[in-house]
Amino acid sequence: MAAITTIELVLLTVISAATPLLLAATGELVVERSGVLNLGVEGMMLVGAVSAFIVMLTTGSWALGIVAGAAAGVIMSMLFGVLTLFFLANQVASGLALTLFGIGVSSLLGIPFIGLPIDKLPALDLPLLGDIPILGPLIFGQDFLIYFSVLMIVVVHWFLFRTRSGLILRAVGESHDAAHSIGYSVIKIRFLAVMFGGAMAGLGGAFLSLSYTPMWVEQMTAGRGWIALALVVFATWKPGRVLIGAYLFGSVTILQLHLQGLGVQLPAQILSMLPYLVTILVLVLISRNAARVKLSAPGCLGQIFHPHS
Amino acid sequence: MRKVLFAAIAALFCVAGSTAVLAEDPLKVGFVYIGPVGDHGWTYQHNEGRLAVEQAFGDKVQTTFVEFVPEGQDAERVIRQLAVDGHNLIFTTSFGYMNPTIKVAKNFPDVRFEHCSGYKRADNVSTYLARFYEGRYVIGRIAGAVTKSNTVGYIASFPIPEVVRGINAFTLGLRSVNPDAKVKVVWVSTWFDPGKEGDAAKALIDQGADILVQHTDSPAPLQVAEERGVHAFGQASDMAAFGPNAHLSAIVNNWGPYYVARTQAVMDGTWESGDVWDGIADDMIVMAEFNPNSLPADVIADAEATVEGIRSGAIHPFAGPIMDQEGNEVVAAGENLSDGDLLGMGYYVMGVDGSIPN
Repeated sequence: MAAITTIELVLLTVISAATPLLLAATGELVVERSGVLNLGVEGMMLVGAVSAFIVMLTTGSWALGIVAGAAAGVIMSMLFGVLTLFFLANQVASGLALTLFGIGVSSLLGIPFIGLPIDKLPALDLPLLGDIPILGPLIFGQDFLIYFSVLMIVVVHWFLFRTRSGLILRAVGESHDAAHSIGYSVIKIRFLAVMFGGAMAGLGGAFLSLSYTPMWVEQMTAGRGWIALALVVFATWKPGRVLIGAYLFGSVTILQLHLQGLGVQLPAQILSMLPYLVTILVLVLISRNAARVKLSAPGCLGQIFHPHS
Repeated sequence: MRKVLFAAIAALFCVAGSTAVLAEDPLKVGFVYIGPVGDHGWTYQHNEGRLAVEQAFGDKVQTTFVEFVPEGQDAERVIRQLAVDGHNLIFTTSFGYMNPTIKVAKNFPDVRFEHCSGYKRADNVSTYLARFYEGRYVIGRIAGAVTKSNTVGYIASFPIPEVVRGINAFTLGLRSVNPDAKVKVVWVSTWFDPGKEGDAAKALIDQGADILVQHTDSPAPLQVAEERGVHAFGQASDMAAFGPNAHLSAIVNNWGPYYVARTQAVMDGTWESGDVWDGIADDMIVMAEFNPNSLPADVIADAEATVEGIRSGAIHPFAGPIMDQEGNEVVAAGENLSDGDLLGMGYYVMGVDGSIPN
């Protein structure tokens, strides 16, 4: 029984480690599927985290805090959208700038809120079901954002591959000229996708500051935005694989800590490198054209769309 | 991109510089920080020291700080800029600023430099560091008295002598009151990642630790301790707000008195280069409140007595006999480990589980 309890505790930790990555990566996946590369995930997460924390602390409402996190992410992403889609700025540079900007803005907004603790985002109380041994706490004892992160994978998969709008979004990502020539508004569709990405990154940040480590400290994302970006490539732009990737990465991180506690020495640095290694591998593979198609990389990813050319 | 960055930095200095015109000829004191002032840990405490200087001298000083300065080339640029701007005294507060500080100091013989945690000095470069390990010995004794599972979890950053020394000092304190207790160390390979520190805390608790100690900078482990109903110690600053029941005490880095004294010395013209390694006796290390709600009175009394003992010199955390993990005697009875050996410490003492990663 003790062993089962330990495994259960480990799994609980894995779930919470994976969730911020999953939320942010799901958003970025949709953005990239529409042909836009937004490297500002880290910045959007930070602004989401600080906004969610501030609103939660001042209003006392979890719901408002979560909404504020998403809204802040959307505002950040709209900045990026305006720059890259309307003013045709370089996406890579704008994304990097967005991250730097997000670091600064979140630090500035957060100054009065450092060192103030809040309670943890409560688990949704499902009576009866939550009392089932082992599975109860794992499956039915989580907070809203954790359920939401998994639900969104299903929703995004359904949207991209089962709806007409999803097909259009993918078409825009594959060939913006073709989509444009048959009358779809490339800019509008991409802008909406970018906003969705911002909302999800903001929620990832909100999860950090409300549930994972309920507090605000500067740069608390500690690089999770970059891992989320890597996960999208790792998953070869498929929602199901983002889920697997996020949980795999969460498990590796947590197991590594447990193994150390048990006295097993593993090179921690190598394990932390793993998702990036796989990302590089995928990037190398997709530099071959045939592989690119097979790995479903969006054809127009990162390319600027000139509407009248 | 480079040009834009440069312009941004130049603009920043213009803003910093423009405020200087207001006061009449104040002494300008500059600070270079590795992290954000809002890290609630290492940099936060250095900034508290800066504020203490402002408080002590009012209009007579003008302080400037530059945060988030990466170690290496950028550091040199920032330090040089501070010197060019007419700062008379510059504190560089991270180990990696050592070479840049020495390099800039050569070109500005009239500017005084204070480098934290390094070992290279010059006529106008002093070094200073706090004996954090003294505080770790004190919390070790508290942990030894409080632990029920006889297992303490230690969240460590990087295997450098500073951190290893802390683990050993803690373990010696722990086993001086409780010879059966042992320390489990988890290395997280970061100074600051709240999520990962919190996860390490959970892993250690799941493996039976009922006390957590950290040598990383965020309050996340303390928060986890509070949630899981175990105890923990804060790092670098008082973190009681994050775990009112869990927080037993904290080792607080108190740079204020040193910064004030050195500023005064520059004003008086008595500043000289030196090497300072102060601890509890000089108030560079201060213990946060021993939590009266979570600690029995006799444990608090013992902790206070230990602090006083270290202050008077009656207690040395690394007093022999000390055994390493294999049981070899590294310090004989009646002897204390020398400062030189302390600074280069690269082994665990008996009572620590596992081995130091290379």
